[in-house]
Amino acid sequence: MKFILRRLVFYLIALWAAVTIDFFLPRLLPGDPAAVIIGTKGTAAMTGEQVASLRAALGLSDAPLGQQYLTFLAHLFRGDLGISFSHFPAPVTQVIATGFRWTLLLGVVSLLFSVIIGHLIGIYGAWRRGGVFDRVMPPLFNFIGAFPAFFLALITLFVLGMTLKWFPIAHSYDTLLKPGFYWAYFASIAMHLFMPALVAILVNLQVWIQNMRNSMIGVLAEDYITMAEAKGLTQNNIMYGYAARNAILPSVTGFGIFLGAILGGQVLIEQVFSYPGLGFLLIHAVGQRDYPLMQGLFLGITAGVLLLNFLVDILYTRIDPRVRAG
Amino acid sequence: MTTETVFTPAEAPAPKQKSLDFKKRFATLYVLLRHPSARLGFIIVGFLILISVFAPVIAKYKPTEFLDSGNLKPGSQYWLGTDPMGRDEFALTVWGGRVSLLVGFGMAAVAIVVATIVGMIAGYYRGWVDDILSLIINLFLVIPSMPLLILLSAYLQPSNSTVILTLAFTSWAFHARIIRAQTMSLREKDYVAAAVVAGENNMSIIFRQILPNLINIIVGGFIGLTIYGIAASTALAFLGLTAMDQISWGTNLFWAQNGNSLLMGAYWVFVPSGFLVALSALGLALINFGMDEITNPRLRAERQLRKILKGTKFQRVRITPVVRRTDPSSDNPS
Repeated sequence: MKFILRRLVFYLIALWAAVTIDFFLPRLLPGDPAAVIIGTKGTAAMTGEQVASLRAALGLSDAPLGQQYLTFLAHLFRGDLGISFSHFPAPVTQVIATGFRWTLLLGVVSLLFSVIIGHLIGIYGAWRRGGVFDRVMPPLFNFIGAFPAFFLALITLFVLGMTLKWFPIAHSYDTLLKPGFYWAYFASIAMHLFMPALVAILVNLQVWIQNMRNSMIGVLAEDYITMAEAKGLTQNNIMYGYAARNAILPSVTGFGIFLGAILGGQVLIEQVFSYPGLGFLLIHAVGQRDYPLMQGLFLGITAGVLLLNFLVDILYTRIDPRVRAG
Repeated sequence: MTTETVFTPAEAPAPKQKSLDFKKRFATLYVLLRHPSARLGFIIVGFLILISVFAPVIAKYKPTEFLDSGNLKPGSQYWLGTDPMGRDEFALTVWGGRVSLLVGFGMAAVAIVVATIVGMIAGYYRGWVDDILSLIINLFLVIPSMPLLILLSAYLQPSNSTVILTLAFTSWAFHARIIRAQTMSLREKDYVAAAVVAGENNMSIIFRQILPNLINIIVGGFIGLTIYGIAASTALAFLGLTAMDQISWGTNLFWAQNGNSLLMGAYWVFVPSGFLVALSALGLALINFGMDEITNPRLRAERQLRKILKGTKFQRVRITPVVRRTDPSSDNPS
């Protein structure tokens, strides 16, 4: 319980740090962000009134910084992240909500598959260390993982989407279909999900393979494995029931650290496949100079990662009794 | 990359008295060059650096010249075809290495210096200094770096130095944590106690006693960060968030994407730059891999054991070996 509480406090501090970055970044930079936006949009000169309304939309005012900060926090507590420029007049929270489910879907599916497949390869590779499987699979996925995620995505898009035309090349479902509970709609979602998920799985596999393989190798050197062998237990029983079961602990610890990186990679994958998740929205917002949406998305993504980390911590106390006691 | 850090400069080949000093000084490098995967890594990275440096000699066209119509197929005139704006893709590819490698190495240098200083101070002083620094390190670890990177790039004026600084800003924490852990264990060693007794001050202990023993972690971290830096700067450029008047592997991919090269089936505009990014990552990873094996006696022993067992009926060993072969006739990888 104490462990959980400590982590909770830490994640709250992290969330506060993200909020503070969000608040200070536009204000610390030289010049007026409103002027920057107008400067880059820069086609027609804006009237004083328009500049004033832009400043208001950005939450900028001449009030002292401390007061602005408090207003910012107060708005945040009410769930008010401002109005998106590029999706005007939709509030930022609403835009984030549309992207959230797609990012969640893609994230959960790719994470689930890469974790399961990666761990199985890691377990089996360590078990038959130096064997054919071990000499081919981990290096192969290491090599694949060396490519930048978005480059793999481009290649996949080109080969599977454009040349072979097996999968649709953009969006998360066929826009001609009406969202609802029927088969064709779900099939369309699955077809659209396939390529981004495939790339995300391929890119992340090596992390789990390496984690699990290393930790398996450590566990296999333990005396209780030798003991299990001496008792004449079946190989499968030793491999999964004795070795993998203990080796999985450090791997779960690594989970939290890599979540942020994995979500980061997903941003670019979503962009390449025009998959309308948070990452796609973020890059779109940057391109449109939609500052309120950009900041809201950064906050939303960070909050999501922190929440996932917290869930991993709770899971950790479930599977490792030592943490619960300590 | 490893936490096992008994660094033995191995047997420097005992040659003539004169060159001994020189060879001793670069013993690590010698050992590294004799390791097969590290050598391959050095060859790959060296090749990439060479083509970047000699880009003006290698490429017959300037990468900034608009020569012909866009997305032309590779041929005898344009070896890798042309990009959507009619520039020579081969020239773009070799020239692109300059900015990409520079940003990668530069960012890694900045990040590893910050990581080393923060990590060593946190690990050495412990107490409240460590509490605060660890909190900062953990905050940077838990806040997702790619979205932060995109946010920072959107606000800052794009240039090579801002890309280097933002990348370093979002990536130093992981290595700071490793260095902190290692410093904590080194601090307990007898020679540190001896230095304290001898009256050396803290800074001198940190930099003269502890730092030299962290060298392999630091170099490993530097290489790992370079891999990240090249890939991440390429990704940023691909999104159009770096200085677009520069030529890098990432901007090449950006213009390819912008010119719909893929839609037109012009894969040759995409493949070279992406391939070189992956190749540089592979080369650097191989160097790191070789270094790991040299500095980690366990991995080294494992390799030797595999050699001994080759051809015998005991081929599958599950334990991590601790034996070391002392037979001088064997080609010792260390």
